[in-house]
Amino acid sequence: MHAHGDLHAHSLEHDAHVHHGHDDDHHDHHETFVSKYIFSMDHKTISRQFLVTAVIMAVIAMIMSIVFRLQLAWPGEKFAFINMVMGDKWGPDGVLDPNAYLALVTIHGTIMVFMVLTGGLSGTFSNLLIPYQIGARDMASGFMNMLSYWFFFLSSFTMLCSLFIEDGAASGGWTVYPPLSALEKAMPGSGLGMTLWLVSMSFFIVSSLLGGLNYIITILNMRTKGMKMTRLPLTIWAFFVTAILGVLSFPVLFSCALLLIFDRSFGTSFYLSDIYIGGEALSQTGGSPILFEHLFWFLGHPEVYIIILPALGLTSEIISVNARKPIFGYRAMVTSILAIGFLSFIVWGHHMYVTGMNPFLGSVFVFTTLLIAIPSAVKAFNYITTLWKGNIQFTPAMLFAIGLVSTFVTGGVTGIILADSALDINLHDTYFVVAHFHIVMGVSAILGMLAGVYHWFPKLFLRHMNKNLGYLHFWLTFISAYGVFFPMHFIGLAGVPRRYYTNMEFPLFDNVQNINVLITVFAILGACAQLVFLFNFFYSIFRGPKSSQNPYNANTLEWTTPMANTHGNWPGALPEVHRWPYDYSKPGYEEDFVPQTVPLREGEEDGGSQH
Amino acid sequence: MNFLIYVILILAAAALWQLVRVVELSAKLKGVDPNKVTERDNRMNARFMFTFMILMWVGSLWQLFAYKDVLLPEAASEHGAKVDWLMNFNMIIVWFVFLVTNSVLFFMAFKYYGRDGARATFFPHNNKLEMLWTGVPAVVLFIIIFFGIRLWNSALAPADKSTRVIELYAKQFNWTARYAGEDNKLGAANYKLILDANVLGLDSSDVNVADDIIVTDTVFIPVNEEVNFRLRSQDVIHSAYMPHFRAQMNCVPGMETFFHFKPTKTTEDMRVITGNPEFDYVLLCNKICGASHYNMQLKIVVGTKEQYNAFVKRHTPFLPGKIAAK
Repeated sequence: MHAHGDLHAHSLEHDAHVHHGHDDDHHDHHETFVSKYIFSMDHKTISRQFLVTAVIMAVIAMIMSIVFRLQLAWPGEKFAFINMVMGDKWGPDGVLDPNAYLALVTIHGTIMVFMVLTGGLSGTFSNLLIPYQIGARDMASGFMNMLSYWFFFLSSFTMLCSLFIEDGAASGGWTVYPPLSALEKAMPGSGLGMTLWLVSMSFFIVSSLLGGLNYIITILNMRTKGMKMTRLPLTIWAFFVTAILGVLSFPVLFSCALLLIFDRSFGTSFYLSDIYIGGEALSQTGGSPILFEHLFWFLGHPEVYIIILPALGLTSEIISVNARKPIFGYRAMVTSILAIGFLSFIVWGHHMYVTGMNPFLGSVFVFTTLLIAIPSAVKAFNYITTLWKGNIQFTPAMLFAIGLVSTFVTGGVTGIILADSALDINLHDTYFVVAHFHIVMGVSAILGMLAGVYHWFPKLFLRHMNKNLGYLHFWLTFISAYGVFFPMHFIGLAGVPRRYYTNMEFPLFDNVQNINVLITVFAILGACAQLVFLFNFFYSIFRGPKSSQNPYNANTLEWTTPMANTHGNWPGALPEVHRWPYDYSKPGYEEDFVPQTVPLREGEEDGGSQH
Repeated sequence: MNFLIYVILILAAAALWQLVRVVELSAKLKGVDPNKVTERDNRMNARFMFTFMILMWVGSLWQLFAYKDVLLPEAASEHGAKVDWLMNFNMIIVWFVFLVTNSVLFFMAFKYYGRDGARATFFPHNNKLEMLWTGVPAVVLFIIIFFGIRLWNSALAPADKSTRVIELYAKQFNWTARYAGEDNKLGAANYKLILDANVLGLDSSDVNVADDIIVTDTVFIPVNEEVNFRLRSQDVIHSAYMPHFRAQMNCVPGMETFFHFKPTKTTEDMRVITGNPEFDYVLLCNKICGASHYNMQLKIVVGTKEQYNAFVKRHTPFLPGKIAAK
């Protein structure tokens, strides 16, 4: 097996010139550097492009977070680091400017939510794993897939450009509520910075739709022989539902942004009414900012599941492979994903309990929101049961996957508090919310993404990442994630509002300051841990030890392809699937794994039935 | 200085690079795969998992104890006491689930680490177990939903017409309070009438405007009397957040929003409760509204009825000459 893999690795550079004899290979033409590495239509290359872009964006967002954490812990102190990052304009003498602070939290949020955890996570792993795990040669439309990446690139690039303009980047918070984001007079970042933000998001929506449609079509139409929907790995189920959520909700964000563009530039009043600002009464009347909030959160809430579902999908696969056990309750897991997907569309109002929305509506959203805890709880319990009586192999990926389950639970339970509108009255927009969503979707999704990077690194770059650096990375990251976000709940319970440049301006919150210092110390530790990862990542791309074909003894189809960037994935015919992907440690088999391509024995039942 | 930092970072990366190479090459010489997970690795990480579980217990409970003093003092309003009760009720459930679920997770990871030659148990599903952990969370959540919605509906029900109305008017970056006078009717306002001398845009052709009182430094409210805050905004969305009363509602330009509650503790009472002789209630802005969002606040004072009457008398009505016209 190993020799076979290496053979193909060596033929990699000849790939373009050698006819592999694929039964449906339409791409047998000369490839140039540009068509192979830049405007590539190969799902694996596009996946790598998404990943590397997301890693760069994540580093930028992380540096931003360190800058504002320094300000929050030691307001007004001078830091050479702040001056180095922000320059003399936004960080004169090393003290962060208040407008720059708001720009940083806004862009940090936008980059993390959209560029890293939506584009980066779905883009990387949907592209890598959908064709591989369903047994397809590539995506349904390689061209749309290529466009999806390049729109994503344009979007990220535009967002970065907005950091360097005179008035500063968008600074109204990542939710960009008008009128603050609509009126240049309200804050400097609502000028050109906000325009660029909207342009960037429009590109992002295009990218997301092109990608999402492609994922859905590919999963529905291009499964290999025998790959029934009930034999799909949970990763694919998660990507599938995620893509559907995106396709249904991103257009609403687009309409939301479009109306904001009209209000900003063409004098309409969808969101504006009765405003007096900068010594002038605006002519717009009759609009409502609440309309914006409804439209925004109609995307915004499914969006958090767009972020977390792929991470949960990756985790399902990684936990099962490394526990050497079938995932517990496959059908319950699929049902939970579908239930979460459905419910995610009818809970958006829980972001709006105290916005002036009719309180009766609030009660409805309390009900639907708390319902969503049920499928989430089922998933968490099923993961834990998968570990029970396992033979757990602690690869770095497995550690990150277990870490995800922990943070998903810890962040999930505080959601029960916030979903309760009566309690949300006092916690809305405080640090309790910040702590909640960072743990449940920020940290969890990042842990899931990192788990995926470690686990599928051999399929991405044909090599392994260093194991011991991976361990160091995990434990430092995990400890600092809890160190940052657990104490933050207490700041929220003390009533400290979020997006405050400092809470030291009046004496009420003086006693939380030592917690702020603790949080910042852990944040810096966490950032240092990511340096270990970055080193490991880039080192291993070029110098990591070569991987064998199926390094984890896994069942899914991606490990039946040679360890090479074969265009069309399988050099010969497509594999045929005979069973579900979770036959680990199945009684009656000598090995503790039975790949999906192994035919069922006579009388053997598929799908984990125990008869 | 910066140059030095860059040099150190580059040197550190180079050193790490060499270190990793050395480890990998020596593994290669010994003929082992440096990235193969061994039983030793499994045992080590299993122990870390167990240690982390202990750390989580100690760390979280220590914080619960140590940060008790930073939490808000007991609620100073009638519905606020119920909010606190509900919060404690939910918190007990949340802490229980948090500690138990995480402990079980880390314990499983600790106990079932991979041993060479061992084999996992094939256990793909069990309907009874799955029903159990669908059913139990569902029942608990329905209880939470029941209490939650009941309190929400009673707290957010519209206030009686007779309730004293006070307007809180938000703009970048301060608050203005307006009292309705004896008739409890706030006069009409229009944003097009706003001037430096008429920040609220009051319409002097409306008779109800005449006895309105405008205050910019303090909101004074009498204890044990329901007060209905009417919230408006001049420019962008703000949020009127009164954490000690467990009260919050956004101020939305073009709209009127309301939040009513009954304060039950005077400022003096709260000074005794908190042991802080300088304690004051405060109204904060809790919706990002611009550069000085973090400093948009107003002092709230809760006092006796007599103190309240004296406070009102101290302030001049908006159009004192016109009050007689009513």
